[in-house]
Amino acid sequence: MMNFKKPRIELTQNSILKNILKSRYPQTAIVTFLLGGFLVAILTGLLGTPVGNRNFGIVFVWIVWWAVLILIAVPFFGRGWCGVCPIPMIGDWLQRGWIIQPVQRGLRSMNLRFPKRFRNMWLQNFAFILVALFSPVILTTPSVTSLVLIGMVIAAVGLSLVFERRAFCRYVCPVGGFIGVYSQASPLELRVKDKGYCAVCIEKPCYNGSEKGAACPWGVFPAGLTKNTYCGLCLECLRSCANDNLSLNLRGFSSDLNHPSARLDEAYKAFIMLGSVLAYAYVFMGTNGWVKNAAYQAFSLEWLLYVVAFLFITLLFLPGLYWLFNLPFSGIRPAGESGNKKAIFSAVRKRLPKKAFSALSAPIIPLGLMGWIAFSLSFLFTNANYVLITLSDPLGFGWDLFGSASLPWKPYLSEWLPLLQVTILAIGLAWSSRIARNIAPQQGVSPRGIFLYGFVITSLMLWVLL
Amino acid sequence: MMRSEWMIRVVVIVFLLGIAIFFLAQWDSFHGYWQRWMNGGRQNEIPLVIHARIPENGGWLPDELQAVAGTPLHLRLTSDDVIHGFAIGQMDLPAVDVEPGKITEVTVRFTRPGTYTFYCTRWCGANHWRMRGTIIVNGGEEVNPQPEPPLYVELGLDIDAPHRATNIPQVKPSPKRGAELSLLLAEYQNERYYRSHSPEEIWLHLKEDPRMPGLTDEQAWDVVALLWKQQTSALELEEGKGLYAQNCAACHGETGKGDGVFAHERMTEHSRTENSANNQRSEVKTTDFTDPWGMLSASPAHLQGKIIRGGMGTGMPMWGTIFTDDQTWSLVNYLFSFQFNFEE
Repeated sequence: MMNFKKPRIELTQNSILKNILKSRYPQTAIVTFLLGGFLVAILTGLLGTPVGNRNFGIVFVWIVWWAVLILIAVPFFGRGWCGVCPIPMIGDWLQRGWIIQPVQRGLRSMNLRFPKRFRNMWLQNFAFILVALFSPVILTTPSVTSLVLIGMVIAAVGLSLVFERRAFCRYVCPVGGFIGVYSQASPLELRVKDKGYCAVCIEKPCYNGSEKGAACPWGVFPAGLTKNTYCGLCLECLRSCANDNLSLNLRGFSSDLNHPSARLDEAYKAFIMLGSVLAYAYVFMGTNGWVKNAAYQAFSLEWLLYVVAFLFITLLFLPGLYWLFNLPFSGIRPAGESGNKKAIFSAVRKRLPKKAFSALSAPIIPLGLMGWIAFSLSFLFTNANYVLITLSDPLGFGWDLFGSASLPWKPYLSEWLPLLQVTILAIGLAWSSRIARNIAPQQGVSPRGIFLYGFVITSLMLWVLL
Repeated sequence: MMRSEWMIRVVVIVFLLGIAIFFLAQWDSFHGYWQRWMNGGRQNEIPLVIHARIPENGGWLPDELQAVAGTPLHLRLTSDDVIHGFAIGQMDLPAVDVEPGKITEVTVRFTRPGTYTFYCTRWCGANHWRMRGTIIVNGGEEVNPQPEPPLYVELGLDIDAPHRATNIPQVKPSPKRGAELSLLLAEYQNERYYRSHSPEEIWLHLKEDPRMPGLTDEQAWDVVALLWKQQTSALELEEGKGLYAQNCAACHGETGKGDGVFAHERMTEHSRTENSANNQRSEVKTTDFTDPWGMLSASPAHLQGKIIRGGMGTGMPMWGTIFTDDQTWSLVNYLFSFQFNFEE
């Protein structure tokens, strides 16, 4: 067994960094800059060339932003992107009535609570699947990308005017859901230093807001934070806490994953992400022309077959296979449990589909994350060249702002890519196995089933990518 | 605090509005909407943006342009999908490539009013040949409203009538062998005579000519090949070869066998149209230029008619508005190279 209480490095002990993080100006400046970039992406998508690889909107959203998100932001900063994401900001400002001031003016929003039945990740799972099913079209058609981005802003603004806090980020955003799940693997966390202070704090400014910081937009009471999933790293609590009881810490990777939560919506998010990366890799990197055509021809009969296959793989096959792989190895008796094998098997069978199954899904997270990194490297190295081209001619109007508009297309580091992908997937398998070894006994299950599952999925991913 | 809040509001709004205005202005400037509206009648001076898409997705957008004779027409061409080519029929303007997401600028000056056809010169898809548009040129000096009819019309040829040779050579006729016979052929070397008769007709004339006793069948075919070669030149054949490769090979095949990459799709599409119209099965084969039974019974004027008018229901496009007279004859002459050994 590992010692889960690994030491943390409190980054906010550095006074310069702490002051920068507590000030609202740097964050507002970054958000405003990104909002500008977001607007440019929308406008170029609508006004520029419909050729995807020559359009700033496509290239900067689906190559640059995605690569930064999945290769850097999520693995190293967890929900760092959510802290500066421009999509909810307009709604946030309207809701609060201010840009830089933290105090809520009131009456800007109906301030309703989000319906209880949707206060989970299922809507985000649905939203992600919806985007994933249309991805081949969205990722290659600038105007569609723009419409999706506009739709997200409208949804974020609309929900912020009806519901309290950032209902969109917390319950709807298709991106926010998987960032939350994968952020558990990141080495950055925001936590309270001493829960004792929180217990006696009457005003709870971190949750309710104060003149120093806004009420937690994510509706999280920091003292209850045990994992990164629902902390948006907006840093408002860092600003509002009168006791200076919050800190931004550097910790080991996957600290949260060794204490997995037992929520089926989050477990399914992990499987959806795993299934999606397999499907994406097969569609975008594979050589099966029929599947490519089917995925691109939205609403055709072939596309409907693709949808059925996609849903089957992500929602039934991968979770079902995981359940089946674990079942034979669930003979290990849960701690303190005794009795005949039949009784144990029956007990495990009853437990595995829900709590144990959900908790056991933690090893799927590094497996999926590394799969996404390996897949994203393929198209980043293949398409990075277009970044320089579209910087010079963002609208495809024949400009040459930086002299790079006429660069011929060429892939980068193609000779290193397979080795890099194999290494990354191997790390994912090892990481997943290590978490399995830590958490499986907690659920009374042998990790061998998870090892085998990880090996099968990694092999499948290697086959698809290479 | 209120002051800083207001300052930030102003900065944010100015920043975002600035971006929006900048890009909208660039978009308008590129398309020239505002300039065109302001300039009224002098629209030719403002570049017009033309988008190229495969015909299934709209072809040229717009596909009808207006121009004024003597005034340059500035065009900005861009492709929204695959690589296309742009050329204007019956003009010397060389074809230019229209690449996806890139801009190709072209300036055209029409000297005479009329209706011109612009078309795609790259095989962009099965319906590539449908990718055409028109430029209506007004003003300037009026051309002869009644141009001379093409030869096939003047001769009253029924170019849809079935034709099949009754005599064909055993080996590919050779102009070189024909020349070695050293015959006096002056009356056969008339251009109009050559264009209005099929090789088989002239072969029959040669066979019946009392001045050429003892001429064997194969020798007569060699003489026909010689006569055909004498009506063309290496330069003309080269031009015809280029036109064929660019415009005909996709259906008729590089070797002329009617087995081009789009032959099947054209047939399928045509059969489908026919079937739905007549509720019966039909099959239209793409012409095989290597078939001596068909080619040797067709006069150059007959082929000219097919090229100018198109196949009328066979899926063969009309080229009358695209090729000049000289280009059409070059192409016709080249087509006979599939029957005669011109390269010797």
